Amino acid sequence: MDHLPVLVQQAREAITAADNMVALDEIRVRYLGKKGELTALLKGLGKLPPEERPAAGEQINQAKQALAQELDTQREALARAELEARLAAERVDVTLPGRGQPTGGLHPVTRTLERIESLFRRIGYDVAVGPELEDDYHNFEALNIPAHHPARGMADTFYFDATRLLRTHTSPVQVRTMKAGEPPIRIVCPGRVYRSDSDLTHTPMFHQVEGLLVDEGVSFADLKGTIEDFLHAFFERDDLSVRFRPSYFPFTEPSAEVDIECVMCSGDGCRVCSHTGWLEVMGCGMVHPEVFRHGDIDAERYTGFAFGMGAERLAMLRYGVNDLRLFFENDLRFLKQFH
Amino acid sequence: MKVSEQWLREWVSPQLSTQGLADQITMAGLEVDAVEPVAADFTRVVVGEVVDKVQHPDADKLNVCQVQDGSGETVQVVCGAPNVAIGQRIPFAQVGAVLPGDFKIKKAKLRGVESFGMICSASELGLEEGTSEGILVLPDEAPVGTCLREYLNLDDHTIEVDLTPNRGDCLSVLGLAREVGVLNRLPLNAPEGLDVAVGHDETFPVRVEDAERCPRYIGRVIKGVDISAETPTWMVEHLRRSGIRAIDPAVDVTNYVMLELGQPLHAFDLANLDGAVVVRLARQGEELMLLDGQQVKLDAGTLIIADEKGPLAIAGVMGGEHSGVSTATRDIFLEGAFFTPLSVAGQARSYGLHTDASHRFERGVDPEMTRRAIERATQLLIDICGGEAGPLNEQVNDAHLPRGREVTLREERLAAALSKRLDNAEVAEILERLGMVVEVVDKGWTVKVPSWRFDISIEEDLIEEVARIHGYNRLPVRRPAVRLALEPEAESRTPLARLRRQMTARGYQEAITYSFVAPELQKTLLPEAKSPVLANPISADLSVMRASLFPGLIRALEHNLNRQQSRVRLFESGLVFRGELDHLEQIPMLGALVCGSQLPEGWTGGRDKVDFFDLKGDLESLLGVAGDASAWRFEPGEHPSLHPGQCARVLHRGQEAGWIGALHPAARAKLGLKAEAILFEVRLDALTEGRIPAFTPLSRYPEVRRDLAFVVAETTPVQALMDAVRSEAGEWLTDVALFDVYQGKGVADQHKSVALGLTWQHPSRTLNDEEINQLVDAIVTTARRRLQAELRA
Repeated sequence: MDHLPVLVQQAREAITAADNMVALDEIRVRYLGKKGELTALLKGLGKLPPEERPAAGEQINQAKQALAQELDTQREALARAELEARLAAERVDVTLPGRGQPTGGLHPVTRTLERIESLFRRIGYDVAVGPELEDDYHNFEALNIPAHHPARGMADTFYFDATRLLRTHTSPVQVRTMKAGEPPIRIVCPGRVYRSDSDLTHTPMFHQVEGLLVDEGVSFADLKGTIEDFLHAFFERDDLSVRFRPSYFPFTEPSAEVDIECVMCSGDGCRVCSHTGWLEVMGCGMVHPEVFRHGDIDAERYTGFAFGMGAERLAMLRYGVNDLRLFFENDLRFLKQFH
Repeated sequence: MKVSEQWLREWVSPQLSTQGLADQITMAGLEVDAVEPVAADFTRVVVGEVVDKVQHPDADKLNVCQVQDGSGETVQVVCGAPNVAIGQRIPFAQVGAVLPGDFKIKKAKLRGVESFGMICSASELGLEEGTSEGILVLPDEAPVGTCLREYLNLDDHTIEVDLTPNRGDCLSVLGLAREVGVLNRLPLNAPEGLDVAVGHDETFPVRVEDAERCPRYIGRVIKGVDISAETPTWMVEHLRRSGIRAIDPAVDVTNYVMLELGQPLHAFDLANLDGAVVVRLARQGEELMLLDGQQVKLDAGTLIIADEKGPLAIAGVMGGEHSGVSTATRDIFLEGAFFTPLSVAGQARSYGLHTDASHRFERGVDPEMTRRAIERATQLLIDICGGEAGPLNEQVNDAHLPRGREVTLREERLAAALSKRLDNAEVAEILERLGMVVEVVDKGWTVKVPSWRFDISIEEDLIEEVARIHGYNRLPVRRPAVRLALEPEAESRTPLARLRRQMTARGYQEAITYSFVAPELQKTLLPEAKSPVLANPISADLSVMRASLFPGLIRALEHNLNRQQSRVRLFESGLVFRGELDHLEQIPMLGALVCGSQLPEGWTGGRDKVDFFDLKGDLESLLGVAGDASAWRFEPGEHPSLHPGQCARVLHRGQEAGWIGALHPAARAKLGLKAEAILFEVRLDALTEGRIPAFTPLSRYPEVRRDLAFVVAETTPVQALMDAVRSEAGEWLTDVALFDVYQGKGVADQHKSVALGLTWQHPSRTLNDEEINQLVDAIVTTARRRLQAELRA
């Protein structure tokens, strides 16, 4: 009993010195285990005079509790240290790049087409497509461009034989849609078109989006509103100036070219807009009665508008691309810029 | 149409700046393409006279000239032009002058002789492109000492209008002036259209055999002209500013009147006409030597001007060489005609021609302008070349002349079309200003269309005219009101956009390649393919429609490999064209190509080259998007551009839908491709076809798994083993996992071990060992029977 303080002191020192869980557990067994030294003291209480037993028992129990608590404390400290050591060992350089395929990307023309489609889908337009190898009837005749019409000279056409050709615009889809359905019609037709022209500003293939709305009571004002809304939405600029210039397309009447304030110089005049402050971005007009006739639609009852735009042109303006030919070289250094 | 601003302003001159005028024309629908000064900037150039010329003592090619420049003294100038001569009036740049290109004229010494100025050529003054052959010789009456800019009216602009094909009426100064007059409410100052006094009564017979195509023909004999006379400078300058070179007075005058009034004219040498002028269709086999020196075989559908001997000119397109006017010509037969647009349409192009005359006739020339034009030309010609005019010989067939069309415009229709009710008086006034005879009728107007407007025949044409002159930008703007209708959408269809996203998520860049490819490339890759061939390709290497996406993807790969891009992952979607024109399929496909390392250079590995299974994994992920992967199978196949040992036919519901494989080494060698590539292409209709998910209740009973390792010949497709397994595994089989394919120690030569993990689960009870053992026995028996497969010991 007398050496209890010594024993406690020894145990305390051992606990503090223990630097791992195994050693700590050995200490617990040595002092507090079934055959441990403090347990032995308790067992030896019987040798004491009965009047001393309670006090001695009390002392031993207190010592046991104290030691147990210190063991716990030390165990926690050791556990914490172990965890910290493990965490330190498991540290990685989080600035290293991740594993796996990097993300690819859409072609800027597709990106532009999808954007245009999505803007029109949101106001109830459907997307329609048609063949690219077309016939004379759908590409010209039904669009009020009979043989030898001077307007045929407006587009240099790729022919296969006397009547079959690569469509020069997406407008044939208009006629096909009208023939296949009934008004109201609201469609946009994105797709490849072809003209035999190749220089700095022309590629023999490019993309257009055609739009068509046919219903009762559609007016030129509806056309203007739709085009203005679209251009504001596409360029995300509500204050973008838009102007309508009389023009001529055989399949619309009245017809207009649409100019926007130059998005490069905000209308001040620059190389892109040839110092005019304006950029021609699309053509449009009210559907010509002759086209309605070919589409089996009653031109007295229904009116409609159509518009067409070049996707490459819009992509160039939107993303600042300065060379049309880049779109079809498929150079990865170009494509990767449009993620 | 190019015209000088001054010329236009002679006819009508609104209070607008040059730019203001151009903008106004543009906004009326006649798009001004360019406004350019007619001469470059220069100063201190005056009209001079060469009063003396002697050979330079030390230079063969130089002359020492004395020039009178109006200062009273003669100035010595050394001149190298071969055409300089005593007595000429010339543009003289005095010392201190600045010529275009900031070229300053200073005192100089040329081979020891002093020179005080320069005698200029047209190109040195920016009046002509390229290099002129010699100095510009001015007319003898040019007043010496006058500033050249003033003398030639050079402070002027050329306005170039890009006219749409419907506005043939604006292909003249008169036409443009008319439009400017309408826009500014100004009258025209037309030059007086006086009839020329007839000086003799000789005519030449004219026989119009095809009055339908040529309802009006006017001819006139002008006798005793001198074609060697000089065309006056003002006319030369007017022509030049419209982009036409002066040639001789006869040609210049006809061109001038064409520009002024829009009526093409033609002058024949009367001495070369035989018997009569005949307007008729050409006969098959007839030939004609054209003015441009080209010998053409005439087509039977071509309207020509002939005499009794044969063709003289293609009507409304171009004259012949033989009958044309030359300096020797004394008597002229001047022709003015109205050829209908349809009779000329397409003719010029069919002979590979495009002339100022055909351009106008195709679009429509005012049939009421013929006489005025021919009188005007006669007057100008006689003024320049002398001679006497004979009477007009006019052949008209009223029945075939364009009839004065009447078109009605309804008030309500106009208001509805524009969403705006214009003042009735304004509408009538606009129509009248446009030259229409307007009659107010019940709730509208009926107008008589002027003879020069070939583009107005229906109500919409009038609506456009009113809107255009009123101003498009003054018309209201509104948003269309539509009935909201929900349209059905097939849930089992996956949009292409979704498939594209899957490809980009797998690290692909989208490519867009031309739909036409080089025939050799396509032949190398697809020797059997038939696809349409362009009749007029832009170049030989873009002349055949692609029958596959492979050629374009491979070209794109080459482009990138040549630019140090060694890791390429591309996909494209678009049509391929298969079959002859008459049995053509235009099939939407999606294709992809990979080349280079699995991953970009990095620290985590992935440096191995991509192989078949990398691409197949990407394709399988794409097949999974539509949600019906079980509809697809791959089977070994042979494709001409793919490696026979690494090539699969892709089947969708048992139908061939595409191909996947490594590019055939032979094709690669032939194309000179440095790297290996793996490609696929699959039909989009199959790729987008999916299914609507159908729920199966979850079983509460345990799964049973058995692993089986089979040894089969290495040539046996795993798919065949899987098929054998599935055929006997019963309806409660929920999964077959292929977890190992092994060749080597422990497996016989030319054999492989294929390890499968089979999982069964019953929806409503626990499966017992016995029934699973029976299934496994059946599987093993079938695999052995079909494929000589043995369980691995």
